[in-house]
Amino acid sequence: MGKFILKYFNLIRAVIAILIGIIIGVCIIYIISKEPGVSLKSLFLGPLLSKSRFGNFIETASPIIFCGLAIAIPFQAGQFNIGAEGALFIGAVVGTAFGVSTNMPAFLHIPLVLLVAGLTGAFWGSIPGFLKAKWNTSELVISLMLNYVAYFIGLYLINFHFRDKAAGYLVSYKLPETAWLIQFIPGTRIHIGVIISLGFAVLIYYFLYHTTLGYEIRTSGFNINFARFGGINVFKVIIIAQVIGGFIAAIGGMTEVMGVHRRFNWQLSPGYGWDGVVVAIIGRNNPLLIIPSSLFLAYLRVGGKILNLLSDIPAEMITVIQSIIILLITAEAFLAGWKYRITVREAKAKEVGRT
Amino acid sequence: MGNILSLKNIVKIYPNGVMANKEVSVDIEENTIHAIVGENGAGKSTLMKIVFGEEAPQEGEIYYKGKKVNIKNSLGAIKMGIGMVHQQLMLAPDLTVAENLILGIEPLRYGVFLDLKKITKLTEESSKKFGFKVPLNKKIRDLSIGIRQRVEILKVLMRNAKLIILDEPTSVLTPQETEVLFKSLKDLKHHGKTIIFISHKLKEVKLIADKVTVMRDGKVISTNDVNQLDEHMIAHMMVGRKINFKRIPETKNIGNPLLTVKNLSYLSEEKIYALKNINFEVRAGEILGVAGVDGNGQTELVEILTGLREATSGQIFIGEEDISRFSPREIREEKVAHIPEDRMKNGVAEHATIEENIIVDRYYQDHFSNKNLFLDWKYISKSSNELIEKFKILAPSSKASILSLSGGNIQKVVVARELSSNPRIIIASQPTRGIDVGSEELIHNLLKDARDNGIAIFFVSADLDEVLKLSTRIIVIYNGEIVAEFDEIKNVTQQDLGPYMLGVKKKGE
Repeated sequence: MGKFILKYFNLIRAVIAILIGIIIGVCIIYIISKEPGVSLKSLFLGPLLSKSRFGNFIETASPIIFCGLAIAIPFQAGQFNIGAEGALFIGAVVGTAFGVSTNMPAFLHIPLVLLVAGLTGAFWGSIPGFLKAKWNTSELVISLMLNYVAYFIGLYLINFHFRDKAAGYLVSYKLPETAWLIQFIPGTRIHIGVIISLGFAVLIYYFLYHTTLGYEIRTSGFNINFARFGGINVFKVIIIAQVIGGFIAAIGGMTEVMGVHRRFNWQLSPGYGWDGVVVAIIGRNNPLLIIPSSLFLAYLRVGGKILNLLSDIPAEMITVIQSIIILLITAEAFLAGWKYRITVREAKAKEVGRT
Repeated sequence: MGNILSLKNIVKIYPNGVMANKEVSVDIEENTIHAIVGENGAGKSTLMKIVFGEEAPQEGEIYYKGKKVNIKNSLGAIKMGIGMVHQQLMLAPDLTVAENLILGIEPLRYGVFLDLKKITKLTEESSKKFGFKVPLNKKIRDLSIGIRQRVEILKVLMRNAKLIILDEPTSVLTPQETEVLFKSLKDLKHHGKTIIFISHKLKEVKLIADKVTVMRDGKVISTNDVNQLDEHMIAHMMVGRKINFKRIPETKNIGNPLLTVKNLSYLSEEKIYALKNINFEVRAGEILGVAGVDGNGQTELVEILTGLREATSGQIFIGEEDISRFSPREIREEKVAHIPEDRMKNGVAEHATIEENIIVDRYYQDHFSNKNLFLDWKYISKSSNELIEKFKILAPSSKASILSLSGGNIQKVVVARELSSNPRIIIASQPTRGIDVGSEELIHNLLKDARDNGIAIFFVSADLDEVLKLSTRIIVIYNGEIVAEFDEIKNVTQQDLGPYMLGVKKKGE
């Protein structure tokens, strides 16, 4: 038992953190809601109660998975680039601009639009990467600031150059159908992008753990002095990790545009980049664990929207639960005493066994 | 005389599961110098941290002056009259000696202002009373390690310590500084103080201690009067078997120079010459030992030789090739291996597995990966497990994390990687620092075998015993300069090297 707990300690810790977050959420709902039964049902069962809501849940998970991966790669390289939000936004803007201005058959159009968006995001990720590698600036600060730059440049491009004046509200022209990602489950908006996100998760997992470049990234993240000592070109690694991160975030934004809205309709930054940080932390930067983490967060998000609509509790409730979970998962001391006691017991047992 | 301190059945387990003390019981008699000896990792330092309140034991009792006590933190220990001088000195480098001495017990005027007159008076008085001469108005950063240590001891005395713990005080000192320290310790004993002296240098223990406790593997092996034992008996108890202090046999085949350094200088970020006009060569089949007190340019020199730092001027040749501007990878491809001085900083990634640590210099080569694209984990595991076996690394498998290994085994991982890279030149910096005697001997033998196979070895160590044991030739470095060269070391002793290491003598004098 003790050995089992020590082996899977991090996973058990994450599950306990999630449970505590949910329990506190439930308690708060009981205290402030006039109809706690309805509220709880909306939050925890809501996403399962109709086909369209279930579709919402799945389609919300997709960009979160992309952004989780986009954050996890620089994080694994020890680079705290939190610019997924900006890369996603600017990538989707430029990709949309390219998509609405070109005409070609779908088998070319879809990959090209995705590629243009991805390269834009990659460029965006390279800025904090290059500055860090060259002048040791803080990639955290630069990537955070660049999120705002991306947001305002994006809004300017869409609202002044690609705005569909016929639409009656601030959106871009509609993408030609050749650039649409098919919605393949009737009654929902679940689109091909969902499958692409799962494919990316597997691909990135393989990339990080089974390729030499992935090894260079992870080794630099473990100990950058050690990587340099061993002959790894850390200058290159620092930049590449953030370039790949930006690329993936932008693909995530673009698939959402191509699969769900079919035009660029974000006047506010959608926040998937921040959700990406959350799921990367919950999934401990492991691409495969980012899938269930993203599903969990997407479920809470959709549950929160239903909660907002059908009960007297605002959707911000989800932020409370999410904050508690992140707090507990990132707090090193959380359950450390418990682990220590088990370690002591195991060490003693081993000692007795030896003598 | 009675016991000032009694430890009964102390058990300490660290969060990583290492049991550092296993039911340790020791009595310290009042007004004695009591040595605690043992290999690195035997649990000496842990035991002392418990006495000083820095670590809490899981089990056991502590009696101080006959009363059972519960020492919660170092402040509590100081209040009771227990003082400790750590291996790494804990002084504020930018404050003066006097300011460091009164830190935490500052005399105040009107409750807010420092009473400078009183500070001077207090510190001068204490300095005189205990016979500890220290330059009160100099900044700590301008003083040598030996003087800093005296400041640290005086600081402890000013807090009225009755029991003073010294954790490996001589490990940073030259032989001459050690003599001065020992004289002071004897004076303190006359002042009625009790001293616990932690060491693994047996000569020193014989010289100064009244009693000696030997620890091994977290347990107390015995406590005796020092004059009942000789060095060999203590050594035998420490490691549980006989060990070899002898110099390794001389080398037979010395070849051509493989590593040549010409007029190398390095200007540090503080615009100080950390290295001044360094010249030397290492020939195939010899070990060039570098003796010197830590921090005299050795770190910079090794980092420059391995490409981690760029020299300000001068050239480095491997054979005929100038490698002064090569990257670490390019230098490794010239078949240079590097055992770094700080294994946790440069030598390993502690959260990664053993095999991930072993492949850091070769993951891109054939077999380990397919055309530098896809890693072949099967081959990596196989070759890692072979190294684990060959170098006797105690680990469950090649997938175990470095964090789960002991210090000696971590160093074996580093050495296994570097020696298995088929080198022509080995740059080894403090290769046995902080590891157990068994691993130390293994590493010494490996370096000797490498030498006999015609590899050129550049070997830096602060441990003079080790330098004398292994080197074919010795250079002494002081303040960034090579101040002495010994081409024939048969009759060279520690005492011969000391004055050069301290900078009181220079070559030709």
